[in-house]
Amino acid sequence: MPLDGPSLNMVDVAVLRLENLTKRYRSDRPPIFENLNLELHQGDYLAIMGESGVGKSTLLNLLAGLDRADSGRVLHEGADLSVLDDDATTLLRRRAVGFVFQAFHVLPFLTVKQNVALPLELLGVTEPERGRRTLEMLAGVGIAPLAGRYARELSGGEVQRIAIARALVHRPRLVLADEPTGNLDPRTAATTLALLRAQVKSNAGAGILITHSRTAAETADRILVLDAGGLRPAEPSV
Amino acid sequence: MNHRHSAGTLMIGRMLLLAQLREQPLRLLVTVLAVALGVALGVSVYLVNGAALNEFGLATKRLVGEADVIVRGSRDGFAEELFVRLAQNAAVSVASPVIELQVALPARRDTLKVLGVDPFRAAALQPALMGDLGGGIFQLFRSDGIYLSGAAAEELQLRRGDTLQIVVGSAPKPLKVLGILSAAAYPQPLGLMDIASVQWAFNQIGRLNRVDVRLRQRVDVEGFRLSLSRVLPVGVQAIAPQVERDRAATVTRAYRVNLNMLALVALWTGAFLVFSTQSLAVLRRQRSLAVLRALGVTRGQLRRALVGEGVALGLAGSLLGLVLGTLIAAATLQLLTGDLGSGQLRAVSTELHVAPLPLLGFFMLGTIVAGAGAWLPARSAAGRAPAAALKGGDGEYTVVARKSWQWGAMLMGLGALLARLPPVSGLPIFGYASIAVLLFGAVLLVPTWTIRVLRLAPRTHRVVLDTAVAQLRENIGLSTLSLASIIASFSLMVAMAIMVYSFRMSFDHWLGKLLPADLQLREPPGNDTAFWSATDQAHLASVKGVARAEFRRSRQLLLDSARAPVTLVARGADALRTSEELPLVRSIAWSAGRAQPAWISEALQDLYGYRLGDSINLPLAGRLQPFMVAGIWRDYARMSGTVVISRQAYFDATGDAGANEGSLWLQAQANSTEVEAALRACCLRGSSFEILTSAALREHSLKIFDRAFAITYALEAIAVLIGLTGVSFAASSTALARRAEFGMLRHIGMRRQQVIGMLATEGMLTSVFGVVYGLALGGALSLVLVYVVNRQSFNWSIDLSVPYWQLAVLCVTLIAAAAITAIASGRAAMSQDAVRAVREDW
Repeated sequence: MPLDGPSLNMVDVAVLRLENLTKRYRSDRPPIFENLNLELHQGDYLAIMGESGVGKSTLLNLLAGLDRADSGRVLHEGADLSVLDDDATTLLRRRAVGFVFQAFHVLPFLTVKQNVALPLELLGVTEPERGRRTLEMLAGVGIAPLAGRYARELSGGEVQRIAIARALVHRPRLVLADEPTGNLDPRTAATTLALLRAQVKSNAGAGILITHSRTAAETADRILVLDAGGLRPAEPSV
Repeated sequence: MNHRHSAGTLMIGRMLLLAQLREQPLRLLVTVLAVALGVALGVSVYLVNGAALNEFGLATKRLVGEADVIVRGSRDGFAEELFVRLAQNAAVSVASPVIELQVALPARRDTLKVLGVDPFRAAALQPALMGDLGGGIFQLFRSDGIYLSGAAAEELQLRRGDTLQIVVGSAPKPLKVLGILSAAAYPQPLGLMDIASVQWAFNQIGRLNRVDVRLRQRVDVEGFRLSLSRVLPVGVQAIAPQVERDRAATVTRAYRVNLNMLALVALWTGAFLVFSTQSLAVLRRQRSLAVLRALGVTRGQLRRALVGEGVALGLAGSLLGLVLGTLIAAATLQLLTGDLGSGQLRAVSTELHVAPLPLLGFFMLGTIVAGAGAWLPARSAAGRAPAAALKGGDGEYTVVARKSWQWGAMLMGLGALLARLPPVSGLPIFGYASIAVLLFGAVLLVPTWTIRVLRLAPRTHRVVLDTAVAQLRENIGLSTLSLASIIASFSLMVAMAIMVYSFRMSFDHWLGKLLPADLQLREPPGNDTAFWSATDQAHLASVKGVARAEFRRSRQLLLDSARAPVTLVARGADALRTSEELPLVRSIAWSAGRAQPAWISEALQDLYGYRLGDSINLPLAGRLQPFMVAGIWRDYARMSGTVVISRQAYFDATGDAGANEGSLWLQAQANSTEVEAALRACCLRGSSFEILTSAALREHSLKIFDRAFAITYALEAIAVLIGLTGVSFAASSTALARRAEFGMLRHIGMRRQQVIGMLATEGMLTSVFGVVYGLALGGALSLVLVYVVNRQSFNWSIDLSVPYWQLAVLCVTLIAAAAITAIASGRAAMSQDAVRAVREDW
C-alpha cells in the first residue's frame, strides 16, 4: 500500500485519468495537443510514442503536475490537479509519483544510497525503516554493492538503475519514465527496461513509458502514439 | 504536517549545505570570513568606543557628582561674587566653587587637567572624588601641594612626595605631590588642589570658572536653570549635568558613526559575496534543485533551505566576527589605549565592558544580512519551473534583466534624491542611505548594460574572441553574477580611495596655507596657563636669524551651553593681514566703521547657522563684543568650530597681549637648528614649549592623518581582496560548470590553448566591463562621500581630487588578476579528458 495513499479495497478508481487535456505554448499558436483523454488503472503499464516535438515530455510534465494545462483535467486517483495549488501538487507528487529521466538526474553530491533514500526521507519514513527499504530496493535493481559510492563513479546503466530505484522506493501509484534508455547502449537498455517493468508490476502501481523507440515501447502492455491528432493506439509491428 | 514540513526543510537544507561544504569549502570559508570581517569591525569599534566612553562618562560623573546645575564660564572665568550670590540663593542647597584648568607641563605636548575645589563643599557634591582623600583632606590646604589621580601619576611617573613641575605664564612652578587618588575615584589623568591654592598659584585671585549647584528638594531643576541663565553674566552658562556627560560622546560621534558605517560597508560587501556565492551555487545546482522539486520538495521548502544555507554562513561568520571583534578590541585597548585613529578618545584602563545585548545585535545583523544575501537567489531557484530547469539553460535572466532595469533606474533616482537631504541629528544618515541605494540600483542595472554593451561587440572572425563574446552574451546570468561582486567591492574601493585622496590633498593644501613660515612655536594646545607675554614675544622676535615673527592667541569660548566650546584664535596684526593668512572658502568686503570682522570656520557656520555679514557676539572680558562674519574658512583641526579675529581686535576687547602660538620666518642664511637653540635660550622656560620646522609639522600632521585613515586603507585592501575572490569564484565556478562545453569544443577541433584563451578573454572582458562600470559608479559614490557624508559628518568641505595613478594601478591589477584566475580555472577544468567531460552532463 502506498504511504498515505488511498486504500486498495476502495472501488476501482483510475490511478490516472486525463479529461480533454489541451496545452498551448503560446496563445497565438495552435495547441501542441488538444482534448487528450486517457485512463490508467492499477497494474497498467503503458508506452507513449511519438516523434520529436509532438509534446511527449510536456504531457509527462502535465501528468506529474510540473506544468499546467490550458484546459481539461488530470486526476490522480480522483484528485484533480487543476484545483490543487503548487504545494498540494508537490505533496501529491512526493507521495504518489515516481520519475525516471533520460538524463538520469541523480544528485551528484549524494551517494547511491542517499539518492535512493531521498523520497523516503521527504515522506518522513523513520531511519531504520528507510534503511531497510532502501537496501531492499538497491538489491532489487542489482546495485546493493554500490550503495556507498557516488554516481559520478558509475556507468550509465548503473546510474539509471539508481534512478529507477529512487522512482520506486516509496512505492508510488504511478511511475513516469521519460526516455529512460535514451542514453544507454541497446544491451543495457534492454536490461533496464525489463527491470523497470518488473518493478512497476511488483509495486502494484501503474506506469507510463515515454519513448520514440519501438523496441522500448514493446516492453509495455499497450502502446499509444501521440501526434497532431491526439493519442491513438499504435499500429501493430510487423 | 507542519512538523514534517520543517523536518523536511531542515533535512534538505542540511543536505545541500553539507554538499556545498564538501565541494566548495574554500568558497564557503571566504564567504564566512567576509561576514566575520564586517561583524568584527562593528564589534571592535563598538567595544573600544564603549570602553573609552564609559571611562569618559565615569570621569565626568565623578567631576559633576551630584550637582543639579553646573554654572560654567570660559577658562579665564568670572568674579567669585557670583558664587556668593548662588550660595545665598534660597533654592540652592549647596554651591561648590571650582576652578578647572588645563595646565601646561614643561616639555610635554599634553596638558594636565587640574581641579581647584573647596574640599568641604566638594565633599557634599563629589563624594566619590573626595572620599578617597580620607584624612588627607587637610593636607590639601597646602598652597604648593597637589593630589594626582593614579592615571596622572603613572603617566608623569611621579610618586607621593615627588615634585611636579608646571608652567604658569612664562615661568615654571613646582608643586609637591601630596598623594595619589585611586583609579576608582577618578579613572583619567587629573590633579586636585585646594581652590585658594589654585587661585594663588595660577594668578586667578578672585576668579572662578565653575560653580556646581545642588538645589533644595522640590525645586524645579530645569526651571531654575533657565531662569538662572537669564541673569548670569555674559559668557557664563547654566548647564545641565547630562550635557557635560554627553559632550565627549558628541565630539567623537561623527568619527564613531563613520567607523560603524565602514563596518556596515564591509558587512554589505559580505552580503554581496553571500549573494554571489549562493547565486552561483543555485545556477550550478539548478538541475539538482529541479530534481528535488520533481521528487516532491515544495517551493517553500526549497526556498527556506537555500535561505537557510545563507543564514548558516551568516551564523558562522557572525560567531567568528564576535570573537575576532572582541580580540581586536582587547588588543586596541591594550596597545593603543582605545584610540581608533582619530586621537580624540582614549581610555586609560584596558577593561573591556561586554554587554550581551548589543553583541547579540551585531550577531543578528551579520546573520540577517547573510540571509538577505541568500534570499534573492533562493527565491529565483524556488520560483523556477522544475520542468524548464531540468532542461537546463540560463534564459530566465534576460527576463530578470528587463525587470531589474526598472528597479535599478528607480533606485538610482531615489539615491540621487537622498543625497540632497540634510543630516539627521548631525549625522549623514541619508548620505549613507544614498550610497547603499545607488550601489544596489547600479548593480540591478548591470544585466541591461551588459546586454547592451555585448550587443555592440562586432564579429571579429577570430574564433576565440567571438566564442568568448557569444558565451558572455548568452549566459548573461553568470556574467552578471561575476560582475556584481566585482562592481560592488571595486566601486566602494574607488569611492573610498577618491574620498581619502581628496581629503588628503585638501588637508595638504590647507597645511601649506596655514604654515607659510619656516618655524612654528607653540605652547601645549588647549592649555590655560602657559603663554608668552608681550616681552617674551619681543625677545623671541629679536633672536638672531629671525626675519619676521607673527604670534597668535588661542583660547576656548563657550557660545552654547549644549555644545562643546569653540576655539577663538587671535592672529594677524590687522584685519587685512588676517584675511590673507586664512584658507578662506567665501568672504565679503569689510570696511572700517562697521563692527570688527571675524572669520568663522565651516563648522561654526554649519553648527550655529551664521552667514556672511551676520553679527556674531563673542563673550570677551565679561561682556558680549559684536563682530561681523566677514569670511568662512576651512579648519581641519577643530570640529567644534573656530572663530578668528585680528590680534588688535582681541587686544582692544580684552587687553590681553599674550600669545601661545607663533610663526617665525628666518633670514636667508639662518640655520634653523641654531635659531631654535637661540629661541630656547632667550626664555626662562625655553625647554617647555614646542619648536618645529613647518616641514616637520606638516609631515607630522600628514602622519596623523594617515593613521586616522589606516582603518579605511585596510578596508580598501580587503575590498580589493574580496573583489578578486569574487572574480576567482565566478571564474572557477563557471569553468567547472562548463566542462562539458569545453569537451565538446575540443571534440570539434578547438585546441586546448584556444579554449583556455577563450576563458581568459571572457575573464578579461568581464573584468574590463566591471572595472569601467565600477570606476563610473565609484566616481558617483565618491561625490556623495565628499560632498554629503564628509560635510555632514565633520562640518568641513574638501575639494574633489582623483588619484589617477592609484586607480590605474588598481584597475590593471584587477583585470590582470581576473585573466590569470580565468586561465587557472580553465586549466583546472581542462585537466580531464574531453571524452569524459562531454559524457558528464549533470
